[in-house]
Amino acid sequence: MASSTNPPGTRQDLTDLTAHEAAELLTSGQVSSLELTEAVLARVDALEPQIHSYITVSRERALEAARAADDARSLGKSQGPLSGIPVMVKDNISTEGVPTTAGSRILEGYIPPYDAFVVERLRSGGAVIVGKGNLDEFAMGSSTEHSAFEPTRNPWDTGRVPGGSSGGPAAGVAARECFVSFGSDTGGSIRQPAALCGTVGMKPTYGLVSRYGLIAFGSSLDQIGPFSRDVRDCADALTVISGHDVRDSTSLDSPGQDFANALTGDISGMRLGVPREYLVDGMEPGVKTAFEASLRTLEGMGATLEEISLPLTDQALAVYYIIAPSEASANLARYDGFKYGRAVNDVDTAWEVMDQTREQGFGPEVKRRILIGAYALSAGYYDAYYKKAQQVRTLIRREFAETFERFDALVTPTSPTVAFKAGARMDDPVAMYLSDVCTIPVNIAGLPAISVPGGMSEGLPVGLQFIGPQMGDATILRAAHAYEQATEWHTLKPGI
Amino acid sequence: MSDELTADDVRHIAALTRLGLSDDEVEMMRGQLSNILRVFESLQQIDTEGVEPTGHTTEVRTVLRDDTPHESLRREQILENAPDSEAGYVRVRPILG
Repeated sequence: MASSTNPPGTRQDLTDLTAHEAAELLTSGQVSSLELTEAVLARVDALEPQIHSYITVSRERALEAARAADDARSLGKSQGPLSGIPVMVKDNISTEGVPTTAGSRILEGYIPPYDAFVVERLRSGGAVIVGKGNLDEFAMGSSTEHSAFEPTRNPWDTGRVPGGSSGGPAAGVAARECFVSFGSDTGGSIRQPAALCGTVGMKPTYGLVSRYGLIAFGSSLDQIGPFSRDVRDCADALTVISGHDVRDSTSLDSPGQDFANALTGDISGMRLGVPREYLVDGMEPGVKTAFEASLRTLEGMGATLEEISLPLTDQALAVYYIIAPSEASANLARYDGFKYGRAVNDVDTAWEVMDQTREQGFGPEVKRRILIGAYALSAGYYDAYYKKAQQVRTLIRREFAETFERFDALVTPTSPTVAFKAGARMDDPVAMYLSDVCTIPVNIAGLPAISVPGGMSEGLPVGLQFIGPQMGDATILRAAHAYEQATEWHTLKPGI
Repeated sequence: MSDELTADDVRHIAALTRLGLSDDEVEMMRGQLSNILRVFESLQQIDTEGVEPTGHTTEVRTVLRDDTPHESLRREQILENAPDSEAGYVRVRPILG
């Protein structure tokens, strides 16, 4: 083992660095990408039996990428902020030659013949992809317990969930099993696990990051974004993966920008709205206390805070649980047992292949959402459910748009609770859905939002969420960074 | 609008989506889906008269690209992932009969 040839602690310390700190050591030649990667792999070997943040670890490919990054550096080729940095990619993001399951049995054995846009960007930027992160099946869930493989556990307390659906990427960053990771967020699947694992997690403006190669769940809501241990890394990672892509017709035609430029540390005069509806019934007292302390911190930094009302917030959950399953029921129609993935073929007709492949290949939460979606879209119910939800979606967008005429950003808790106990919400889908009550409105309106560590309650991390107007990604990064630099929460690490 | 689904309702939707369900699953889904539908009731109180539905949140409209040939995936790459194939085609069980 490589780790035994080094002084005790050395390797472990490397994995505690942020990506930008590690990048400085790479630049100055004090450490190689190969050393960083070996340190991360040693950490993965030690922790995976408890955490399960990865579905697939592609060790040899990672070591190869690390050597390539070191070679490029020795030739003086600069590839950007993630060059040589070990990262994880959620397993619903396609990676050429590496299995991509979306956390589902139905995609067992599927090996994508192409890379997702973000993976192309990561590879061309010299990032070292260590492996594929665990998730709730097809990103449907809030605890990563709906993964068809083993559930991920929270590094702060392995009896608790990491949140979801991007539980693997969140836990991986928190447990130092990678420096940065990439997830997808349809209703909170980046921000809620980031909050529950004490990491930074960002959902960019809809369309800022290409969805090409992301396995579709709710296409009008899905967006890819980064997890990291500080906001600087998040900004750098977003810089690497954002930009226009003709292969995603919803990709915004925005010029590339360096989001690190937004991190001025200064939020004096910034107008922050505090929507009272986000302090929902059932919010834990410790979360509320941490949130109120964060508001005082922001005020002390010169931001102007004002309590406001967004009355339609309460409707967002219903809107989401009609629109997302409706889109999912259509997107998941492609899993028929003919083209790829697992199939039940020892039956007489093609129809039985479909029925039985889907019966055996999909887990209960995916089945629930397909059924709900198909019901909401079916004749006789379309107007009452799907059309109604889309109309209320318009009203929610308007409510946000009017609010952002007066405010630069909104600040809310990310999740009403800290990480809950494994199994606690598995038998009650509606209780599980309520986990995302503070994050869902953002996706409904296509807004950017970021969660940063914003306190502790009962020894577990609490997240603070900043929500911006469309294309306000730089603004919320600036606010989140300034808050982070004024507090110590992001420096805490799980004892694992 | 009744929000209590029957077992037949569940079987009907399952058939529409080509989703095999055991009898136990039908009963479980019937109860759970009915609970989920009750969450949707609150929407009926919102006045949406004359409100345009939103299917897409940003200002991107119909996007067209130049119709120029480019390289696509090779047939063998596609078939490598197919559960069953023969002579360059995906092979499926009989559709008729």
